[in-house]
Amino acid sequence: MAEVLVYVDHVDGAVRKPTLELLTLARRLGDPVALALGAGAENTAGVLAEHGAVKVLTSDAPEYADFLVVPKVDALQAAHELVSPVAVLVPSSAEGKEIAARLAVRIESGIITDAVDLEAGTEGPVATQAAFAASFTTKSRITKGTPVITVKPNSAPVEAAPAAGAVEALAVSFSDTATGTKVLSRTPRESTGRPELTEAAIVVSGGRGVNGAENFAIIEALADSLGAAVGASRAAVDAGWYPHSNQVGQTGKSVSPQLYIANGISGAIQHRAGMQTSKTIVAVNKDAEAPIFDLVDYGIVGDLFQVVPQLTDEVNTRKG
Amino acid sequence: MSLRIVVCVKYVPDATGDRHFADDLTVDRDDVDGLLSELDEYAVEQALQIADEADDAEITVLTVGGEDAKDALRKALSMGADKAVHVEDDDLHGSDVMATSLVLAKAVEKTGYDLVICGMASTDGTMAVLPAILAERLNIPQVTLLSEVKVEDGTVTGRRDGDSASEQLQASLPALVSVTDQSGEARYPSFKGIMAAKKKPVESLDLEDLELEAGEVGLAGSWTQVDSATQRPARTAGTIVKDEGEGGKQLAEYLASQKFI
Repeated sequence: MAEVLVYVDHVDGAVRKPTLELLTLARRLGDPVALALGAGAENTAGVLAEHGAVKVLTSDAPEYADFLVVPKVDALQAAHELVSPVAVLVPSSAEGKEIAARLAVRIESGIITDAVDLEAGTEGPVATQAAFAASFTTKSRITKGTPVITVKPNSAPVEAAPAAGAVEALAVSFSDTATGTKVLSRTPRESTGRPELTEAAIVVSGGRGVNGAENFAIIEALADSLGAAVGASRAAVDAGWYPHSNQVGQTGKSVSPQLYIANGISGAIQHRAGMQTSKTIVAVNKDAEAPIFDLVDYGIVGDLFQVVPQLTDEVNTRKG
Repeated sequence: MSLRIVVCVKYVPDATGDRHFADDLTVDRDDVDGLLSELDEYAVEQALQIADEADDAEITVLTVGGEDAKDALRKALSMGADKAVHVEDDDLHGSDVMATSLVLAKAVEKTGYDLVICGMASTDGTMAVLPAILAERLNIPQVTLLSEVKVEDGTVTGRRDGDSASEQLQASLPALVSVTDQSGEARYPSFKGIMAAKKKPVESLDLEDLELEAGEVGLAGSWTQVDSATQRPARTAGTIVKDEGEGGKQLAEYLASQKFI
C-alpha cells in the first residue's frame, strides 16, 4: 500500500494531539510513516504505533534546536526521498507551515495549508479549507509533485489503530543553508496548566468588555471550571491585558473547538476569522447590537461581571 | 554602504466587504474594494524604522497584481518608502503561492537587495507560508514571525514568540524577515507624505522583464487547483436572552443540555 509521510510535532518525546489527528487522516490515504526529530524523537514511537504508524523515522542532532526551520526541512526532504510517499502531512502550526512550505519548493510540489478535512480522491488527496473568515468552504487538490498539506488541529478524531511502528534512524545531511538562522536563546513559555488554545475542546475568551488585565481572572475561573483554554481578542491583547500567544483571530490563533464562549467581545470580522468554525458558539455581551450575536447558538445580553461568575459557580456546583 | 531593503506587499480585498470567489474560483477582486494588506503595513513600518537607524538605506516596495494594486504601493510610498516596483501582466491571473513567490523572487533579484521584509501573512489567503517559500527560492536565511527586529553591522536579530517558547534569532544579511502585528503600530501617512508619494518612481515590470514564461505563472503555472467553493449557510439564529439576574444559570442550563457540563 502507498505510504504517507507524517511530520511529528512533539515536545521531548511527548506527541502533541494534532499529530495523532493527522495519523487518522493519513490512514485514509495510505500507510502512515512518521518522522520525529530532535531530543526524545525515539520516545514518540510507542504512541505513534498505537495510532497507525507503520514505521517511525527518527533523527536527533543539535542543529534541530540550534537553528531555525531549515534543518528540519533537510530531514523531511531526506525522509521524502527514502519513502516516496503519496502525500506529506504536517500539523498547521506556525513552524509546521514554514517547514512544509520550504519542502514544497524543494520537491517542486504544490502546497495546501490549514486543511480542515482530507479525503482520498481519484487525482490525489482532496483538502477541505475554510476561506474568507470561514464564510466559504473550498475543496482543493495539488496538481504537481507530492501533495504537501498542513492540517489544522481538531480536524479529525484521534483513533487507535495499532500498527508495527518500527523505529528506523534516518540519515540526514544538512544543507548549506541549514545553519543560516541561529537560535541565540530560547525562553520556554510558562505553563498555565490549561489546554493548548488551538487544541482545546472548549475555549473561553475575553475582549474589550473585560476592561482590565486583573479582570481576566473572571475569564480564567470560568475556563478552569470547564477545563477550557483561555483566549483573548486583539483589543484585549493590544491593551496589554492578556498575552499575544492567546490571541484568537486573523493575526492570532485560529481555533475550532467544540464550544467557544466569547465574553465582552463585539465580534469584528478579524476576530470572527479565528473562531467562526467553532461547533457551538456562546456569547455574553451587554451590547445587544454586537455582531457576535449573529453567530451565536446561545447569547446572553448582559453584564459579564454578573453573568460569568454566576455561570462559573453553577458549573462548579453541577460538577459537584 | 547603502542598505537595500525590499518590502513585499499585497493588495487585498477589504475583509469588511463581502468577499467571494469569481466564476473561475479565483478570488473576486472586482466586486470588493481593495487595500494594502494590514499585515503588510507592519512590514513597511519596520522597514522605515530599520532605514532610520541605518547610515544610508533605500526602501523599495514591491507588489504583484493588477492595475489597482498600485494603490497598495502608493500607500507604502506615502508612509515613507523610497520607490516602488509593480509586476503586472495579464498572464499572472490566478497565480497560487508557488507561482506568486516565483515572480516575487525574480523581481526581488532584479531590484537588488540586502534585506527582504514581508508581513506574516496576507489577510485574504492567510496561508502564512510565502515568507518561508521566498527565502527558500532566494536561498537566504529566514528570520520570520518577529515581534521585534533590529539590523546592525550586516546582521539581523529578532524575537520570535512561538507557541511554546520565545526565541532570539540571528542571521547575516542578505536575509528575509517577516513581522507580526506585535512588531509596532504602523504610522499613518502624513499629508506631506501623501504629496511626496505622487512624485516617487513606480517601475512597472512584466513577465518578459523577469524572464518568465506565461506557463510558469497564473492558473497554468499554479500547482494547486480549487475544485469548488461554496458559501457556508448563514448560522441559523440562536437563542438570545436578556439577563434579568439569572443569565449565568440559564447559560449553565444550556451548556448542560448540550452535554458540555
